[in-house]
Amino acid sequence: MTETDETNIKIQVRGLSKVFGSQPKKALELRDQGKKRPEILEKTGQTLGLSNIDFDVREGELLVIMGLSGSGKSTLIRCLNRLIEPTEGDIVIDGQNIPKLSEKELLECRRRHFSMVFQNFALFPHKTVQENAEYGLEVRGVEKKSRIESARNSLKQVGLDGWEDAYPSQLSGGMQQRVGLARALANDSTVMLMDEAFSALDPLIRKDMQQELIELQHRMKKTTIFITHDLDEAISIGDRIILLKDGEVVQMGTPEEILTRPADDYVARFVEGVDMSRIFTANSAMRSVRATARESDGPRTVLRKMSDNGLDSIYVIGRDRTLLGIVSVDDVDAAAKAGKDTINELIQSDFPKAGPDEPMNNLFAMFNDKSYPIAIVDDNQRLLGVVVKGAVLEKLAEAGEH
Amino acid sequence: MAIDIPRIPLGDGIEGGLDFLTSHYSVVTRGISRVTQSGITVLNDGLMWLPEWALMAIIALICWRVASLRLGIGAVLGLALIWNLGLWDPMIETLTLVVIATVVAVVIAMPLGVLAAISDRFYSVIMPVLDFMQTMPAFVYLIPAIPFFGIGSVSAIFATVIFSMPPAIRFTTLGIRQVPKDLIEAADAFGATRSQKLIKIQFPLSLPTIMAGINQTIMLALSMVVIAAMIGADGLGSEVWRAIQRLRPGDGFEAGIAVVILAMLLDRITQALRKPSKKTS
Repeated sequence: MTETDETNIKIQVRGLSKVFGSQPKKALELRDQGKKRPEILEKTGQTLGLSNIDFDVREGELLVIMGLSGSGKSTLIRCLNRLIEPTEGDIVIDGQNIPKLSEKELLECRRRHFSMVFQNFALFPHKTVQENAEYGLEVRGVEKKSRIESARNSLKQVGLDGWEDAYPSQLSGGMQQRVGLARALANDSTVMLMDEAFSALDPLIRKDMQQELIELQHRMKKTTIFITHDLDEAISIGDRIILLKDGEVVQMGTPEEILTRPADDYVARFVEGVDMSRIFTANSAMRSVRATARESDGPRTVLRKMSDNGLDSIYVIGRDRTLLGIVSVDDVDAAAKAGKDTINELIQSDFPKAGPDEPMNNLFAMFNDKSYPIAIVDDNQRLLGVVVKGAVLEKLAEAGEH
Repeated sequence: MAIDIPRIPLGDGIEGGLDFLTSHYSVVTRGISRVTQSGITVLNDGLMWLPEWALMAIIALICWRVASLRLGIGAVLGLALIWNLGLWDPMIETLTLVVIATVVAVVIAMPLGVLAAISDRFYSVIMPVLDFMQTMPAFVYLIPAIPFFGIGSVSAIFATVIFSMPPAIRFTTLGIRQVPKDLIEAADAFGATRSQKLIKIQFPLSLPTIMAGINQTIMLALSMVVIAAMIGADGLGSEVWRAIQRLRPGDGFEAGIAVVILAMLLDRITQALRKPSKKTS
């Protein structure tokens, strides 16, 4: 681990390997001699699915494991809850080493810690939406009443209230996967495993689902491991990304780290396909506002603030710190000369404004001829900072170099 | 040129084995015989006790509810014809034998089918046995039935159960094995035990296939019950048998048509049960 972090480690994976075949020992010996996957397959007929994987999953993070098909990502996620038996290595969750658990302990562990969302939804066709959502709890033997309530709740979370009595076949793909998500959420497990959960959805619905997952995840702080073959998806949802290739970890880090410092050619080639201007957000080019005017300030106070900070215009902030608008130095000067006490009627609202997650490529188009900077506001319209044209150009140029 | 290879005494061996079973397990066979016989009597008497029109109405109602009004009307017409031909009582006797044989066959077949679905080893053992059971000429089962259970309906049931059981086993196994792997994986991922998977997922999902197997079993049972007239089973079969012995083709065809009507009704009803009932939200 490069970073030492305060956050708790939820799952610790150490030296995890998986060999498909009847003589795993042989394959691992060759691996230890430095042989690679194709050579091992040729010599022993054994497929080295995963080799010596080390990583941590932090409490409450959304960790994306990404790789092309055959990289071992599906094997990896299935080793975590032992849908596939690992050949060697440790997977420690809350002090329990999963590969060492007995059959019975394993069932208990799966029920408590893991819920899973599948690429092809894997909903039970003979059960209603409600019954599907209840499934994890039913298996655990939770009594009917509280089961119904939890399932209702999680269906509401994913926007499916009113659909409880429908059957999966009556729903669209996107809605089916919402049921899959609700089934996982209702279970209230500590970790959610998502296996290419959005890959079968069409692109628009996929974007929506990604967005909803991010929101859900922020709200519930559920530790989530998400598998994908799509770097765009990995970057837009992941707190951290692990890149797998041929059953080995090639790089691990935040989306920006992976994009700006690819560990090797393999990662670099991946990254080339990504439109960088979409990756950098307003946040990364934002700087703080030097001064703001209050709604109640008189023209002279405002003029003073502007001249102290060398500004041509200044944002006006309300009592509850919300952004009301902007005033220009010429207007305030005129008002002061006319002997007015307030700046109320000077406030203009035709200035550019964006959220902190706005992609850089959108920002560029927002600069208007009045050359005001872009105000960055949060959901409650509070002013977080500004982005000036120069900063956007600089970031875009930086992106172009990669 | 004759090479002097002694004939393998296969038949003698089988007879020896059967003799052994009859002489040593007569307590068992007699017990089975008594239970089966009383089952037959109760069901038969019950069905006979009902007036013809009442039973017709019940069957027509069942046909209507599970399938269609058309089948209901067809049932009334068909049964009325049987009644008119004076074949009502033999029809009831045949129906009794079919119902009991089917119930016994299904009760034995289900667990075997499930076992064959979850155990590859058991599967590889039972499949050739089923092939054997199905390809052996049906008449052959009648012969050992007699030393076990004597002439009559119990022997008929015994032979019928053996002859009609294989599809119920096969289709149960097939149905359970056909449940999509990803659903099993989902159940596993949520920590379902083997029996939770079986009862809540595999069994309900394979029900249409299992019902197809039961339909086959009923059809085979009906054909066997007719043949079993040769060893003294009552019913429509014995009417046919009598017609053969007296060379009266008219009587034979009448009884044969009654068998066809009964077969069609049983088939259509079980076919309709097979289709999952329409679930409305």
